[in-house]
Amino acid sequence: MIVARTGNEAMAEAMRRINPDVVAAYPITPATEVVQLFSKFVHDGLVTTEFVPAESEHSAISACVGASSAGARVMTSTASQGLALMHEILFIAAGLRLPIVICLVNRSLSSPINIHCDHSDSLASRDSGWIQIFSENTQEAYDSTIIAVKAAEQAGLPAMVTTDGFIISHGMERLELCNDADVPKFLGERKAKVSLLDVENPVTLGALDLQDYFFEHKRQEINAMDNTLPLIENAQKEFGDMFGRYYPVVDSYKMDDAESAILCMGSTGGTGKVAVDRLRTQGKKVGLVRMRVYRPFPKEILVKTFSKVKVVGVLDRSDTVSTLGGHLYNDLRSVLYDAVSRPHLKNYIYGLGGRDISIEDIEQIFSQLMEIAKSGKIDKDIVYYGVRGE
Amino acid sequence: MAKLKDLAAQKEKFVGGHRGCAGCGAAIVARQVLMAAENPVVVGAATGCLEVFSTIYPYSCWNVPFIHNAFENVAATMAGVETAYKALKKKGKVKKDLRFIAFGGDGGTYDIGLQALSGMIERQHRVLYVCYNNEAYMNTGIQRSSATPRGAHTTTSPAGKVIPGKMQLRKNLTEIVIAHEPAYAAQATFGYWNDLVTKVQKALAVDGPSFLNIYAPCRLGWAYAPEKTVKVSKMAVETCIWPLYEYEDGKYRINVRPKEKQPIIEFLNMQGRFGHLFKWSDDIPVKEYQKEVDYIWDRLLKRSEG
Repeated sequence: MIVARTGNEAMAEAMRRINPDVVAAYPITPATEVVQLFSKFVHDGLVTTEFVPAESEHSAISACVGASSAGARVMTSTASQGLALMHEILFIAAGLRLPIVICLVNRSLSSPINIHCDHSDSLASRDSGWIQIFSENTQEAYDSTIIAVKAAEQAGLPAMVTTDGFIISHGMERLELCNDADVPKFLGERKAKVSLLDVENPVTLGALDLQDYFFEHKRQEINAMDNTLPLIENAQKEFGDMFGRYYPVVDSYKMDDAESAILCMGSTGGTGKVAVDRLRTQGKKVGLVRMRVYRPFPKEILVKTFSKVKVVGVLDRSDTVSTLGGHLYNDLRSVLYDAVSRPHLKNYIYGLGGRDISIEDIEQIFSQLMEIAKSGKIDKDIVYYGVRGE
Repeated sequence: MAKLKDLAAQKEKFVGGHRGCAGCGAAIVARQVLMAAENPVVVGAATGCLEVFSTIYPYSCWNVPFIHNAFENVAATMAGVETAYKALKKKGKVKKDLRFIAFGGDGGTYDIGLQALSGMIERQHRVLYVCYNNEAYMNTGIQRSSATPRGAHTTTSPAGKVIPGKMQLRKNLTEIVIAHEPAYAAQATFGYWNDLVTKVQKALAVDGPSFLNIYAPCRLGWAYAPEKTVKVSKMAVETCIWPLYEYEDGKYRINVRPKEKQPIIEFLNMQGRFGHLFKWSDDIPVKEYQKEVDYIWDRLLKRSEG
């Protein structure tokens, strides 16, 4: 069935078909609608989920940890300050190897306070041991939410699927829905290794783990993340086989002969593809790479993708506030260090606090990149694009 | 009414071998509470002494399913466990009738975990929340909490040359919980073990949230000899510093009335944490503490009459 839906509606719809055992959540702009719509599904009897309207995001994710430890399939939704308030428990969820899924609507972090999109919230949580999947549009938000449940359960790690606040979350788009009955078939039932409700086989979870064992347990968690990329690829393939929509881990657009490329995440992928198309009609050898899966970081794929490219403009909708530029820029620089042939890199920090980025903006970035491709020289490696006074 | 003989014959749900101090009150609380439970239970604990000394990997004292999440969120965590139970029971994936118990110290309950506790009760999760109240942050080394009484020495309210210990009165958490109208709430202490066991059984029987504030003397933080733990627990009741009462169906009931109410000095004298007060010419902290105890006891007497 094809419908028109916003990103938030799409994520709520995905949750409806997933029909988790437990959802515990708290309202926050711009993610409120996801929870609001889902609680309507609960009250209308469209799902069998037990809903916990928690008194804070901290308690919401804490209840998710409890419910997931009891063997339930568990989801929540939040944004920005909400994710920041969850921060402490994100690490615990990953350490306890609980496949909780968060529908995250990307919004800048205070201060200054702002309700619009940038990626600083999820990227501030990038080291928490969660799988992170970014969406380009409403359809991806919907599909990735379903894929994430499967991948998370197979990996034994929690996952967050993100949309760009307001740009996707409140933007109406074409959405192809999965058949109700097919999603449970695709996901199957969660088979938890241990459950707190198994009183015959009592387990102690969250034990104090000192110098003699902590490191081994942490290493297991790191191993799990190391092994997760193929599991995501597999879940994406199975999803494609069932629903006809196939997704890559890294979305490469017109990269085959590209000399200048941009790397980005989220809705900018869609905007950037239009800019690439326009420049291609002028015969420019440009392409775009969009990270769908940001954690685990698909390093081999990126090294290969950029092996023949002369210059990459890394578009970060976040900054590390560290003199080092954006998150993606730093990650890419790091993985390219050992590459036999590596492109020039230039970091464009853009769109903080929801500042719009247009097709023309990206065309302009490309024209700068094509200059670098020609001259082989970069005047400034980190620039703040579209900000007054630069 | 529980019989000691029957309780003693049970398989231990909280076993020995833990690393609690000799004379640790919190360990007695955990053992007595679990002894009282008739249904299978799932337990959660906030970060704190109890969690630390009972679960040092690869050992565990818990012969029941146990989870520790973080410090401020045991109420929310157990609300989540209980919700999963409801969901999975509805789907026929869990057959047994289980009960859920959350343990938090006074730091994890009166202070950092108060919001999560409030939410758990308001949302009517069927969880018994047990606060093992030793009136300070003992796990981190005896810092003052909002449960610490007037005048007590702690490492962040030290008996100094100018300021003699904690200057503020205790928070009355039991009354804060009662204001939420839970299914059952009570104060207990293990010196009166039968009262405690009965209250746990009542709390686990009600179909809704319940709360027990269990006074748990800490020999290290309160500075008394380890063998005196139960005596200190009893004296808290005899001085009405820790009245044993319950709130059920909108009614207050005092469960233990001291034959002769002792002055609080009898309780304070047993413990090093109040030792500095008696060196002071001005015993304002003692007077203020006595006044608070009298006021709360008189109010309880009136409330329980109705």
